[in-house]
This record gives sequence, structure tokens and C-alpha cells, in this order.
Amino acid sequence: MADSKFAAYICTGCGIGDTLDVPMLEKIAQKEGKMALVKSHPFLCSTDGVKLIEDDIANEGVTHLCIAACSRRAKVEAFRFPAAAVSRANLREGVIWVVAEGAEHDAVRQEMAEDYVRMGCAEIKKMKVPAGNVKEASSKKILVVGGGLSGMTAALAAAEAGYAVTLVEKSGALGGFANNLWKRVPFAAPYADAQPVGAAELAAKVSGHAKIKVHLNAVVAETSGAPGRFAVKIAQESGGMTDDVCGAIIQATGFTPYDPARLPELGGGQPNVVDQAGLEALAKAADGGPIKRADGKEVKSVVFVQCAGQRDASGQHLPYCSGHCCATSIKQATYFKDRDAGINAVVMYQDLRVPGMGEDFYRSAQDKGVTFVKGRAARVTDGGGACKVDFKDLILDEDTSIEADLVVLATGQVPNAGVNLDEWTATVTAAESGDEAAKTRKDELLKTSVLSLNYRQGPDMPQFKYGFADSHFICFPYETRRTGIYAAGPVRRPMDILQATEDATGAALKAIQAVENAARGRAAHPRVGDLSYPVARLEGCTQCKRCTVECPFGAIDEDEKRFPKFNEERCRRCGTCMGACPVRVISFENYSVDTVGSQIKAVNIPDEFEEKPRILILACENDAYPALDMAGIQRLSYSAFVRAIPVRCLGSVNTIWITDALNSGYDGVMLMGCKKGDDYQCHFVKGSEMAFYRTSKIDDTLKQLGLEPERVLSLEVAITDNARVAKLINDYAEQINEIGLSPMKGFG
Amino acid sequence: MTTANQTARAKYENDFLKEVEANVEEGHWVRMCMQCGVCAGSCPLGDAWAHPPQKLFMMIRAGKREEVLSSDAMWMCTSCYNCIVRCPRKLPITHIVHGLANYAHRLGLAPKGQPTRQTAALFWNNLVKKGRVNELKFSLALYFKDGFGQGIKNALGMQAVGLGLVKAKRLNPMEILGGHGIENLSGFKAMIDKAREIEDRKKGLAG
Repeated sequence: MADSKFAAYICTGCGIGDTLDVPMLEKIAQKEGKMALVKSHPFLCSTDGVKLIEDDIANEGVTHLCIAACSRRAKVEAFRFPAAAVSRANLREGVIWVVAEGAEHDAVRQEMAEDYVRMGCAEIKKMKVPAGNVKEASSKKILVVGGGLSGMTAALAAAEAGYAVTLVEKSGALGGFANNLWKRVPFAAPYADAQPVGAAELAAKVSGHAKIKVHLNAVVAETSGAPGRFAVKIAQESGGMTDDVCGAIIQATGFTPYDPARLPELGGGQPNVVDQAGLEALAKAADGGPIKRADGKEVKSVVFVQCAGQRDASGQHLPYCSGHCCATSIKQATYFKDRDAGINAVVMYQDLRVPGMGEDFYRSAQDKGVTFVKGRAARVTDGGGACKVDFKDLILDEDTSIEADLVVLATGQVPNAGVNLDEWTATVTAAESGDEAAKTRKDELLKTSVLSLNYRQGPDMPQFKYGFADSHFICFPYETRRTGIYAAGPVRRPMDILQATEDATGAALKAIQAVENAARGRAAHPRVGDLSYPVARLEGCTQCKRCTVECPFGAIDEDEKRFPKFNEERCRRCGTCMGACPVRVISFENYSVDTVGSQIKAVNIPDEFEEKPRILILACENDAYPALDMAGIQRLSYSAFVRAIPVRCLGSVNTIWITDALNSGYDGVMLMGCKKGDDYQCHFVKGSEMAFYRTSKIDDTLKQLGLEPERVLSLEVAITDNARVAKLINDYAEQINEIGLSPMKGFG
Repeated sequence: MTTANQTARAKYENDFLKEVEANVEEGHWVRMCMQCGVCAGSCPLGDAWAHPPQKLFMMIRAGKREEVLSSDAMWMCTSCYNCIVRCPRKLPITHIVHGLANYAHRLGLAPKGQPTRQTAALFWNNLVKKGRVNELKFSLALYFKDGFGQGIKNALGMQAVGLGLVKAKRLNPMEILGGHGIENLSGFKAMIDKAREIEDRKKGLAG
């Protein structure tokens, strides 16, 4: 690489020049920041300003630039210089917009700006232009596991977009659960009548598509590798084995209906009590004629019991609502009503939930004469001739009963998500310590695996609540913690056909993005396009395994010598490994312990007699830092004693930054990350949780330093918290004022 | 007198919803209720109802024929139309409620002595005699509907108002003697009879 040349550009637009002493900032960039070239411009993001920088890159050999202007989140396009490393000093949203107006604040405002210039210059000194991680012959083929409507839709969507697809289906035919259906809930206007399923037509399209290779009677026996280079072994039932290489995987393994036999009180297992799948079978057998029970009697009255074994608070059955069953029962009731309006069809519901255009279908069924009763079924007794449903009428508030030839139980969807990784980890740990039963159980578990990943984290993707396949359900529902592997359809959350097919299309798009990013050596969501990737200085590694264990995405394996082995294509570049590493050997080219550490050290700490505290903010760049920016945009003022540094994820915060900061005389450290827990909003799922866990252990360190525990504060900040974040800062500044300044000043 | 009731019951084989759909004004809307309860919550007299519209509709679907038809709930409606305005399913609730009241009345199942029903009957009987309302006779009938003693009390209580009306020539005491009718009274009666015939046919009450 050619010699590095560092330059700083200070924008004086947007009021920066009017509010701050720019010549002083220039001097600091030159003298303290050691920038070879320092220029200011009245409108840096204009064509003229950008050209100034481009010319310097071309003619002056500038390789590293610090742009002191607006937030790094603003003017991203204008300040994109792919050939150079770029740092940003946030003088607009971070200083002039948040420090209170008035001459009495001039001094602290200027100090804040000077520090941000120092920090920007310090950071750029440690940054490199990331080279990317382009691998030769990256595969763009997409593997779809599961040949139901979701799987077929995903396969077709990917194939139509020009990508080769391998589809693996366990059974002997495409179509999945939809093959059992007589008709489906209407999905087109006027949403009044059940519509043909169309599974066979879709299956024919998929089978005949030139870009789709279908393996029937086959399962995935082993998956290894990473996005762009998954090596997959496909085992045929006949014993044959096919090797395949693909770039991304879509898991569309669907659901199994909850077993009605587990509901004996609702007549589960009795001949004239069926589940919704059973009713579909009866309707298919009738083929448009009168629907008959198992004993051949024509059904003249039918009761649909909703929420059978669902939304169950007792812990015995499914705790969740499967979402599709109300519309499905309505559809099945119209099977009867459409044929013979004289048949009495009753839907007994607790809360009728018909998402999408279901309200129109509900209205249509009411119009057709389906009776809707708001009631909770207590008991179903099959008397042989007729079934008696005892129920509590929730409107009339009375216990009553109703008789019918047939009772249909609306049971829920149980996901086919493969191995539960929590059980897997526990079993593997027990097996490794010699437990024989655990060894057998481990083999049993492996047989139930869908993807048979050879990742150290286990053979399937992590399971989410209630055993559904992983999903970042609040912010990015298609995302999972296994890069390049996407779940689609009812395996991800309960859903109906329409939702499942839309889901499958979305997953196909995610898979396409994954193979394209992998081929270009770039990160996938959420840092799409990031060319940096983690590099470990293995000679310093102590093989503590914290990075491999704490990586939320299972990106890090161990090599034969038990050193961490990074699968860059699986990495999302959150830096959680970097935050975890106790010996700090993991870094990115443009983001490392040094890039942040040097910023922390660059801040000028006034001595204690000046009574100007310094508070470090390490803010997650996804939510907390934008919230800080927005506080600025709204001109909410906060203390000028804070110095904010964006981090990729709070999980990337290495505790050395905190101890360094406190050692060098900062009076407090605020960590701002995303919401953790079951309803996490962390873009990297576990990053903020790890950070909170780590800082909860920092009290001992503080004690050793003789500092109060309040000097480190961990906070959950959402992207909408702009007003709150300003208040949090001011409250904390007040608290620091009460505790008093740090005794560590002057030793750093 | 209960023959109409018995005929209706026999005809619909205890399928009360079907009976309501066939015989009650706007009754075919009852099946479209989705039990959200907005009508019950919107009724300004909600507390005075034994059964708010939501419940009435559910009772109809549950086949509670006697309970619905003998309920005084329908008679409490003041036709403010709040429920119609708010019903997300656009049910003409006020009309259905009045239809139910009327149907119950015609079957002889409506509660005896229900003040609204009594007043309505007095008004109607007064009106059809001469083709116009005889205010004096209607007022007196109202005063004496609860017995002679109560009637005297009511009349004395309204004495000042009555005398004032007489002085202002708004009330002619001579109307007590039969009162005057409209022009072409026989034509009016024929019209009423025809309307009744049509309604009876529609409601399945024709003899």
C-alpha cells in the first residue's frame, strides 16, 4: 500500500461557521490531530465541496479523511469516497444543535467541537480501507427445504428471478399440507367464497421449471459451510446421496396440526369429532356432494369449536393463537352452507380473528347463514348419533349446550422447526461428560434435524418463542441468527396460505440478497454492503472460546488447534466477538479496539479544578445514535459535557474502553443499546444482551479503581427515544455532579 | 288470541332466527351482527334495558323466542339512532328493535302494562277513529290509564295547563263529544285496512 496521507475537512455551513471558532478547529486538526492537510469549506456537501475532497484524493494523494461536519448518518451519499478511509466528526447534530444557545455556553460548545475534531482525527489514524472478502466461485444457487406451498412459492420466485434452485421434499410429492385441502380461504376480491387451492398447478410449474431441481423422498443429511458456499448432502430415501453446493437456504418445513387426541375433554379421538384437517378429508371424499361422517351419515348439523387446545393458559396445550383457524372454520362452514342452506353450521368462537380480508369472508358467511356463537366449549360428548357440545355462552352469560352430527375442533399449528438448540447444547454437554443416555438422545435429536448443520452451535437454526424457527420478529421478521438461512411460512410463525406464500417470496428475496452479498464479499443484513470483516491476531489468542460462544450468528468455529476460525460469510460485522475478547486480538479494518480507544483518549480532560466533567457515551449506531441525532434535529439541548461515540452494536463494546475512560479521568460512562430480552430490538439479536451482562460484571473493576458503581450506566434506548435520550443525559450529568468529579483526573 | 303465536311457532319449528328474518321489519339483518357491543355501549338508555340490542340479537340466534318477545327492552328505545350511526356492520338496529316490538305486540306476547306499549296503543286507537288525534280524549285516556283515582289526580295536576290551553283557544272542550274527523274518513279507513292487510300478509299473520 502506498503511503498514507491524512486530511481533515471542516464544513462551516449549516451554522457551524457562525457558532464555532473554525480557525481554532483547523489548528487543532493540524497540531493535535496531526493532519497533513486541513481545509474548511462553506458548503462541503455541495458538488463544489465534494470536488475539493475528490481532487485532493486524486492530486494530493490523500488516503484518509476526517470530515468534520454533520452526523455520519447525514449526507452519506455525498461523503462516500470508496478509495479512502473516512471518519466523521459530528459538529452539527452532535454539537451546535444540542448545546444550549447563548454566549454563556460558547466556551463549552467550542470545547465539545474541539474534542470531536480530535476524536475524528484520532479515529482515522487507526482506520484502513476494508478490502472485502471476495471468494472465488461463490455459489448463487438457492436450496429450498420443504416442498409445500411456501417452499414451492419460494423456489419459483427465486427461479423466475434467474437463480438456480434445489428443492428438497421429504415426502413423495410436492404440495405439502395444501394437498389435503378441499378449498382455500378466498384470497381475491370479493373474498366471499372459498377458492381452489391450486397446489397441483403450482407443483406442475415447479417440477417443469428448467432452473429448479426437485428431490422427492429426500432430506438434508448434512450442511456445512457458509453463505455462498454451503455444502449440502441430500439423502434419498432409497439410500442414494447427492452432493450439492448452494449459496443460501430457505427452510419452509411448515407445520403439523396439533394432535386432537390430546383433547379428550373436547371429544378428541371420538369418531364424530374431527380436527380441521379431518374435515378437509371428509370434504375431499364428498367431492362436492353431501359431506358424510365416518359412519356414512350425511351431516345435517355441524359445530366448529375454535381455539381447541390453543390460547391455553393452563400450560397443557398451545399457548398461542394460530391465526388462520377462524377463517378456516368459516371456510369449512361454507362447505356445508354452499351445498345446502338448510344445514345448521355453528362457529363457536371466543374472539373471532380474521386478519387480512377475512372480515369480508366472515360477513359473507354470516350472509350465507352460518351461525356465530361467542362461547367457550367445556365438553364435547359423542353420543354416537349426535354430539353434544356443552359450552358457556359468553354474551348471554349462561352454561348451555348444543347438539350436532359432527364437531370440528380448530386445533393449532405446531412448527416443524427441527432440533431445539437449548436441548441440543444440554445434551451435547452431558454426552461429552460421558452420559450414555445423553449420547443416545443426541443421535435421536440429530435424526429430527431439518438442516443438519455441522455448526458448533447445533444442527438447526435457533428456535424462537414456542418452538418456531428463528425470526427477528419485531424489526426484520425474515432475519434469523444463521446468516444465509431463512425461514418461511408456518415454520416461522403460525399463518395461513396467503401469508405463507407472501412470506416465501420475501424469504426468496432475502436469499437472493445473501448470495449476491456473499459473492461480493460483503456483509448481509443489517450492515449490508460492509466490506470489513473480523480478523483475529491468533498469536495473542488464549483460546478462551468467548468469541465462538458469544457470536449471535454462529459465525465462528474452532479449528483443529482450538483457535477461532472465522466464517466471514456468516459474519454480520456486529463486533460482538471484538467486545468479548479479553485479550483484544479481534478487530475490523475500519473498526477496532484502537479506533474507539484512540477516540476516548483523544478527548481533552479538564483538571478537577475546572469543574467540567466529561461523560463518555457509547451509543449503538442503529438506534441510540440516531436518537441522539434526532434530539439534535429537534434542537433538544443536552449537557455539553458528553462525548458520544457510535458503536456498531453495544455487543462490540470491549470493557477495556470503559476502564480506559475511567482511568483517564472521565467522570461517567453511558452505554446506550437496544432493547434486550424476549422482545429484543437489537439488530444483532444478542449484542445488547451480552453488553448488559458484561457491564453488570464491571462493579468489581470499579471498586478496584475506588470508583462509585454509578459511574457506569447501561441504558436501553429505542430509535424513537429522542426526547428521552436528552433527558437521560441531563439527569446523568446531574447525578455525576452530585457524586462529584472523578478522583482519577490527571493520572491518565 | 294466541292462535297467531301458535301458528308462527309451529310454522318455524322453533327456528326463531328464521321467524324473525321472515316476519320482523329488517329482521334479515340479525344474522349479520358480529357481537361487538358498540350498540349496547352507545345506547343512552342502555342501563334501562334488560337486554341491549347485541344481546337481543344473540338471543334470537340462540332461539330464545319467548324471552325475546316478552322482553320490555325493545319498548325502551327512544329512536335516537345512535346505534345505527355507530354499528360497524351497518345494521338498521333501531328499525329492527321497533320491528321486534311490533311483532311481539301483534302476537300478544309483549309485556302487559308496559307504558310505551300502552301509550302507543292509546294513540293509535285514538287516531284511527277520526283520522286525526283528538288531543282532549287522548290526554284523558292517558290520565285514566292507571285507574279512576289516579286519573282524577293526574287531571287535577294538569288543570292549570288545560285551562291555559282553553283560554288560548288551543283546546276545545266540546271535542269531548265525539270530536271532528277528517274529510273522507271512509277513504282513510279503507287505506288503513289495506295497509293492515298487506302487513299481515308480510308478517304471516293473515287469518
